[in-house]
Amino acid sequence: MDLSYGPEYEAFRDELRAFIAANRHRAPAAPGAAQRAGADAVAWQQLLLEHGYTARTIPCDFGGFGAEPDILTSRIIAEEFAAAGVPGGLSNQGISMLVPTLLELGTEEQKRRWIAPTLRGEIVWCQGYSEPGAGSDLAALRTSAREENGEFVINGQKIWTSTAHQADMIFCLVRTEADAPKHAGISYLIFSMKTPGIEVRPLRTMTGHAEFNETFFTDVRVPVDQIVGQRGQGWMVANATLGYERGMLGDPAALENRLAALVQLMHDERIDGVRGIDNAALCDRLVALQAEVAAMKFNGLRLLSNSLKGEPGGLAKLIVKLQSCELAHQISALAIDAMGELGLLYGGSRRERAGGSWQWNYMFQLGLIIGGGTAQIQKNIIAERGLGMPREPKLEHARAPKAEAA
Amino acid sequence: MDFGLSPEQRMLRDAVDRLLREHSPLDHVREVVARGDNVSAAVVAALAELGLPGIVVPEEHGGLGLGLLDAVVVAEALGAAVAPVPFVARSVLAPLALRLAGSPEQQAQWLPRIAEGSARFGVGLTELVNRRDGSGMTADNGTLRGTALFVLDSADADAFIVADEDGSLHLVTGDADRLEFVALPTVDLTRAVGELRLDGVAAEPFGNDTGDAARMLVAAGRVLLAADTVGSADAMIAKAVAYAGEREQFGRVIGSFQAVKHMCAEMAARLEPCRSLVWYAAHAFDTVPEEALLMACHAKSHTGEVGRFVARTATEVHGGMGFTDLLGLHYWFKRIGFDRQVLGGPEIVRTEAATLQGWDARAA
Repeated sequence: MDLSYGPEYEAFRDELRAFIAANRHRAPAAPGAAQRAGADAVAWQQLLLEHGYTARTIPCDFGGFGAEPDILTSRIIAEEFAAAGVPGGLSNQGISMLVPTLLELGTEEQKRRWIAPTLRGEIVWCQGYSEPGAGSDLAALRTSAREENGEFVINGQKIWTSTAHQADMIFCLVRTEADAPKHAGISYLIFSMKTPGIEVRPLRTMTGHAEFNETFFTDVRVPVDQIVGQRGQGWMVANATLGYERGMLGDPAALENRLAALVQLMHDERIDGVRGIDNAALCDRLVALQAEVAAMKFNGLRLLSNSLKGEPGGLAKLIVKLQSCELAHQISALAIDAMGELGLLYGGSRRERAGGSWQWNYMFQLGLIIGGGTAQIQKNIIAERGLGMPREPKLEHARAPKAEAA
Repeated sequence: MDFGLSPEQRMLRDAVDRLLREHSPLDHVREVVARGDNVSAAVVAALAELGLPGIVVPEEHGGLGLGLLDAVVVAEALGAAVAPVPFVARSVLAPLALRLAGSPEQQAQWLPRIAEGSARFGVGLTELVNRRDGSGMTADNGTLRGTALFVLDSADADAFIVADEDGSLHLVTGDADRLEFVALPTVDLTRAVGELRLDGVAAEPFGNDTGDAARMLVAAGRVLLAADTVGSADAMIAKAVAYAGEREQFGRVIGSFQAVKHMCAEMAARLEPCRSLVWYAAHAFDTVPEEALLMACHAKSHTGEVGRFVARTATEVHGGMGFTDLLGLHYWFKRIGFDRQVLGGPEIVRTEAATLQGWDARAA
């Protein structure tokens, strides 16, 4: 066991710390994951791109820094921005999910055209995967694309398209091969959200906000070269992207930050004059969560070492999304319990704490438990891929998905 | 940066696993406990061949000179095999006590004998964590008076290390006058614990005891018990998965039903991070002393909770068979139950973790 990074990496860390200290006044206040980046965020992103503190390993030709992939360097960057409480550049679905997918499976032309402006925050993307009838069974999607005069003509509906209302572009799964078996009939298209025939309706959630949208396509025409991968290979392309999303949702440093905020809250909030932290029952729950967060942190270090050695993450990796999302939800739940009635205050109420963010998190994190593969789907994956358990036999008479009529 | 076991530690794990497969299959465990014994002489001898009695004894005293993380690797393997052998106290806590608090003379006198297996220690620390039934030990002028409960690895011990109520450590030989030892059989027949009653017994103080050693020993004991649970629980999950892959109902193996599959996935999802937590707690004990006590608390309390969940759920996956003696799953169930309570159950340990951080969890 050796948890040091070595002098070379520590020198890099010192350099980064000095950079953050000198420039943090230029950083935008909030990262604003689901919002269109403001001018300050775009300028901050540009500064980080120039110094290689974001998009570090993306080739220079595509707007990145062109450094050799180095897991420890990436880790140090993530650690230092998190420790300083400064956003580490833009983090959105385009950068986290589409860019890695294009790098892996896009054509040279697609990489040149889309990656650099996405990294600079000039293009905002949304993801068109789920449909009302295709959630956990994503491959049952029915949004259709028929080829006509060098164009795909798209008809159907997507749901849970976060940022669709402000997105410039969408990466979208459509059924191009109406007669193929369900997984083999899907293609991955990218197209402009300004294309005629697209309608975006905000989807209000239990939080009271519209974090998502429903997106409708009526005879939307897209040039056939805006496909990533081959026709009928969209399922494989999408699975590459889903892997990145699960990585994004299961970040143990985020758990540590939430826990630290909870500890602070329980120092500040008093019940009958006694700090929440000194209440035996509440404190017992806090320490239990503290132990679980520590376990996930060290699980993360173990995965980091595995990838340094080129070893597969195995079970330790497969469980991250399930455990992290659940743990994050429990942290918010304890915060609300520690506040008691005050924990109910919301929507800008008098006496509201932290802008109602604990309640918002408590609700939104339930969405994260469901999104990106529900907890139940995660358990299937853990059991089947991690423990080698048999798949549920397929029903003989299960209906094949039918493409949306054009 | 390398979080995890070294190649040598992996080899150690493989060697102990192999040895236990050969010398300590479940049938052997059954034979040992059936004759009313909690210790297998055959397995003790086999482990001695690997030098394990001296695993943390420094090399200059004839041991392997390894650390708590190495001992954790062995503890996981012993838990996985429900091996009826004294290890936690005899091969780790006793030599650690001498390393941490013994005078050079005491170290020279005892450590080589521990390493060769000729000094068999039991260790009594329970009263530092919770005192029950009037237990507790007071020291007065080189004598000890009182009762120590749940003295670990004590059934066939010929010497004892006991903490008094001030947290100082004392060494008592088993043949001392006015010493009475009574075994305390627990549900876990693979462990040998007992009650030590001393009525003014001559005891040797540790020559270099600054008062912290006993707390460090409790921490080491907690990490080892947590590691034992990780090994036991891991074995129970493997058994549950294997059984679910064979047992057929409604015309298919039950492991293909999501209700069963999800039970297994939940067990694995909760247990897997425990492994890293326990490894880190051991690493902290060896090299980051300022984190050692808190991490030992986290490892102990969290694996205690996860252990109980796995013990119960894995038994349920086996249906009625899990409940029978025929299958023997209960040996693991009980081993995990033992690990949970000894040196503090989760609630007691979490209260201690709170106190360590300056939170007054007893105020309410």
